[in-house]
Amino acid sequence: MDFLTLIQVLDSTIRLALPLLLACLAGLFSERAGIFDIGLEGKMLFAAFFSAAVAAMTGSVWLGLLAGIAASMVLSGIHGLASITFRGNQLISGVAINFLAAGLTVLIAQDWFQQGGRTPSLMGAGRFNPVTLPGALTKTVEIKEASAPMQLYSELLSGHSILVYLGLLCVPLTWWVLFRTRFGLRLRAVGENPAAVDTAGISVVRLRFAAVAICGLLCGIAGAYLSTALQAGFVKDMSAGRGFIALAALIFAKWRPWHALYACLLFGFLQALALRPDLITNLTGMTVQVQLLDALPYILTVVILAGFVGKAIPPRAGGEPYVKER
Amino acid sequence: MTPTDNETGRDTGPDTGPETTIQGEYDVDTIHVAPAIELRGISKAFGPVQANKDISIHVAKGTIHGIIGENGAGKSTLMSILYGFYKADAGEILISGKPVTIPDSQAAIAAGIGMVFQHFKLVENFSVLENVVLGAESGALLAPSLSKARRELTSLAKEYELNIDPDALIQDIGVGMQQRVEILKALYRRADILILDEPTGVLTPSEADQLFRILRRLKEEGKTIILITHKLREIMETTDTVSVMRRGEMTATVKTAETSPEELAELMVGRKVLLRVDKTPAKPGPTVLEVRDLNVTDAQGVQRVKGISFDIHAGEVLGIAGVAGNGQSELLEVLGGYETATGTVTVNGEQIDLTGAKSDARSRRERGIAHVPEDRQREGLIMDFHAWENAAFGYHHDEAYRSGLLMNNKAIWQDTEGKMERFDVRPPDPRLAAKNFSGGNQQKIVLAREIERNPELLLIGQPTRGVDIGAIEFIHQQIIALRDQGKAILLVSVELEEILALSDRIAVMFDGQIMGERMASETDERELGLLMAGVTDEKGAA
Amino acid sequence: MDVMPKWAEVVLVPLISLLLAAILSALVILAIGENPWEALKLMVSGALGSTYGWGYTLYYATNFIFTGLAVAVAFHARLFNIGGEGQAALGGLGVGLVCLYIPWPHWSLALLGATLGAALFGAAWAAIPAYLQAKRGSHIVITTIMFNFIAAALLNYVLVNLLRPVGAMDPATARFAESTHLPNLADILGTFGIPFSKAAPANVTFFVAIAACIAVWMLIWRTRLGYEIRSYGHSEPAAKYAGISPVKITMVAMLISGGLAGLMAINNVMGEAERLILNSVEGAGFIGIAVALMGRSHPFGVFLAAILFGFLYQGGAELALWTSIPRELIVVIQALVILFTGALDNMVRMPLERIFLAARKRG
Repeated sequence: MDFLTLIQVLDSTIRLALPLLLACLAGLFSERAGIFDIGLEGKMLFAAFFSAAVAAMTGSVWLGLLAGIAASMVLSGIHGLASITFRGNQLISGVAINFLAAGLTVLIAQDWFQQGGRTPSLMGAGRFNPVTLPGALTKTVEIKEASAPMQLYSELLSGHSILVYLGLLCVPLTWWVLFRTRFGLRLRAVGENPAAVDTAGISVVRLRFAAVAICGLLCGIAGAYLSTALQAGFVKDMSAGRGFIALAALIFAKWRPWHALYACLLFGFLQALALRPDLITNLTGMTVQVQLLDALPYILTVVILAGFVGKAIPPRAGGEPYVKER
Repeated sequence: MTPTDNETGRDTGPDTGPETTIQGEYDVDTIHVAPAIELRGISKAFGPVQANKDISIHVAKGTIHGIIGENGAGKSTLMSILYGFYKADAGEILISGKPVTIPDSQAAIAAGIGMVFQHFKLVENFSVLENVVLGAESGALLAPSLSKARRELTSLAKEYELNIDPDALIQDIGVGMQQRVEILKALYRRADILILDEPTGVLTPSEADQLFRILRRLKEEGKTIILITHKLREIMETTDTVSVMRRGEMTATVKTAETSPEELAELMVGRKVLLRVDKTPAKPGPTVLEVRDLNVTDAQGVQRVKGISFDIHAGEVLGIAGVAGNGQSELLEVLGGYETATGTVTVNGEQIDLTGAKSDARSRRERGIAHVPEDRQREGLIMDFHAWENAAFGYHHDEAYRSGLLMNNKAIWQDTEGKMERFDVRPPDPRLAAKNFSGGNQQKIVLAREIERNPELLLIGQPTRGVDIGAIEFIHQQIIALRDQGKAILLVSVELEEILALSDRIAVMFDGQIMGERMASETDERELGLLMAGVTDEKGAA
Repeated sequence: MDVMPKWAEVVLVPLISLLLAAILSALVILAIGENPWEALKLMVSGALGSTYGWGYTLYYATNFIFTGLAVAVAFHARLFNIGGEGQAALGGLGVGLVCLYIPWPHWSLALLGATLGAALFGAAWAAIPAYLQAKRGSHIVITTIMFNFIAAALLNYVLVNLLRPVGAMDPATARFAESTHLPNLADILGTFGIPFSKAAPANVTFFVAIAACIAVWMLIWRTRLGYEIRSYGHSEPAAKYAGISPVKITMVAMLISGGLAGLMAINNVMGEAERLILNSVEGAGFIGIAVALMGRSHPFGVFLAAILFGFLYQGGAELALWTSIPRELIVVIQALVILFTGALDNMVRMPLERIFLAARKRG
């Protein structure tokens, strides 16, 4: 495998890791606050549809992004209502949200566009187009001829949509918010011991709703990325289990922002490899089944969960609704 | 005063003096006249249960006021109202002579009230400093808040002799230290009134003495302290005035110097109480339980029981005294069959397994060991099951309760009816769910189930925790009756009084070890208290 | 005292939840420009108006009874088995292998063999998450979700690379032998002289499902094992105190759960398709969650809820056929049922409790 091919694989690694990363950070905020969220998948899908739909109707991808975020946050609100206000089962609520998104997106898509549950293809300003960094080459022929550092710069670093750079920026930002601000301190505290937060005179409900809202926001961006940057339009079930892989990455990362980035890059790399099975065959001389590559993130997660690669301890109050004690 | 009025007062935080938080709410005269706290006619009902009935009380500034009462007397409810956990149905709260409403904890803090809960409200994997700062930060960024709190903590520590490492994680420090963090939290928030709910439950007598020294120091500095407890000794030693609660009502408020423990006990219960149990001297028979070099290590790798050895004879009650968390629970769990251990344990001369398949609770029961667990709501009963289902719990494999793979529900039902009658369980309705019985009646269901197995050895933990006085007497009688039938009994209780009243011999546990063994007739609370604090005696462990 | 009488708890709460879900569904239909009343009429006539419709309704219901029971049994041990989808898929593989490689003389023997194969494979697929939960504390919800994906990949591999007949294009096995074909409802009812649609896929498995309901009821409420499962589900510390092994109960409950999910395959793989195809489960594993929640984890409740979802499924298919409402409407309804009966339970319960409390005070 030559250097350029490697760069190309890494390039698609970033492309594919990004929605995972955003969803993973979304889950991080929610779960650090003590609200389990297996509805990341549904929120992404919901956002993907509304982003593409609004972008298609208005021609503006930015309006699409806003619509996607709003849609995702509506589902977050339902999750918050069920798990915070009415102290319901957070897992069941998450399952319901996944189905709600899966069903409603097709239903509305059919009603609005009559194209069998998809949106029209997005073009021009209806999409997030690649950003070319200053001095980067864009033509494939030119890149092929260029020097290795130039190839790295032009192919790997340049040419992503603005959301990719934004998403990568979210990692240090999340770390900073979580560990360097008052909000972060309270957020982590409410996920560990909500009674401590409550008796300190802070509203557990408000804090958890804030966390769930941030989760919705990030899932919204992740969904918008899927349908307006990674692909040009919405198709049925396009989130394709990414919400669950993000959840797996979150556990892998043990609820820490930087590790979330590494985990998502790893899972993104596996997805990128699954797109190029020929590479592995060329490289190792063995035929690796595509199905195995597809299943690898899930198998890895199970192995991690089983504690063979260090124990993952979730936030202590996670999954439990807070009830004031006498 | 409303909470919003105080938002600014709280947020300006530690920089402002204690008085400024409620600045302008009273004038100089009232500081000396008005009580720190006054409650007028507080009432609170939970459904049909009247937890607080028309309670009035006033606590003078700069005093320690005790509130004493049995479990369920309504002490905690009253304090929860004061700290904004519940809204009273009726009544008024006045702080320094001014009426206030306390809809939430934030308002309570703003009103200058600090609370140290029985179960600490700390974030385990946060540092001391982070716990103190939480909720009282000085800005949106953490670093300035933390450095400010660090300075403040140093001066508070000096002022009140509350030394502590601000960077230690809560999970790494002992309960005594954790309690200190709770007090510092309140002081950092400029609390003038400090409420402590059963603060000595987890402390050794010497740690408790240290706490009381701190409280007296706080009093000297002009703080007002409310001490909630059910221990008469603490009231007599530390308080200036004391209020007694019974069944949701405030039955009396007296000056501590003008009362006696006997009078307080009578006020608590409503009649003269026998603090002693009528019993004849034990007639110990052959050894039933023999424990040698027992070691227990928990899942976190902490050694909880450290090489203890002891015997119990037939017809004898061995009491294990000690502050909660010194290995007694683990001892019961090992003997009850749901914790593994090393060492040797024999029952009537036959060794029992401490690990492996035959070390489970079912095997223990088959060996004639019955167990009334410390926490009946968590372990002894399934709260959502009917009484009749609970009556077979743990014995559901018994011949009498089964027919093949199926349960013999009819037999269990009939047996339950008999048990309820013999143990005076009220109401005697086998169909009622366990959660719908009172604490005393729940305990009677457990006791009936275990005692009627006619065991060789009865393990019994905290037999009267959360049980009303009437049931306590009944339960104590049942334990002594079983002893008199020649059975061996291992009693674990954190109530020294109970240990002294029931036991024939007493072993004291501290830090997983037995510090000493005494005949009940030859010892007293003082001597046992020293052992409980880990003061070794020359006679050594058995 | 309990605030509400038992009938309110068992009947009223689920009914109101269901009503809320129905109202919202009607609003959804309205929002996409269709008439909910007309839609309902179409669904009723399509699913219940003919023996053909009934045949499909009962066929789907059979699937949902199995997956609903699977979720319900796990619920009793306070385990949330989201892995019904994967377990049913593996059950399909079990049925496929049994039917393809063993020459059965008669369908009744084949049914026995397939039942065993389906249950074994389904249970085996649940065994790993169960073991990891019991022994290593891995969260069973996450592991069973992961196992759904792994099952899909595995089945894909097996069908494409191993079981696909030489020369065939689509990833599916060969047709099963004639002797393994199960009699459908038309055959069975025909022997009693009752006419029934021959085209509908409902088959003898429906009666196996009813038997499974009764067996699960016996298991949970009459056997010692069921008593232990319920005890463990209510309180793990209490179970340990009583000598009930958490590891054993977790394993046993999940094996039974996985086995029940796997059993679904005798209906869809053996009874209907008569060969194993890709994605044969079609989401029935997930519908089991809604069915178990609505049925309050009671076999009779599960039975009723499964019939309801069978009706919705068949009715939804008719809707998609005759109107512009896509089949995904059913997914929305399913989501709403899960939401209201599962997660927003307290939203219905809390006001009801207040009403009952007020009524008692007055009474």
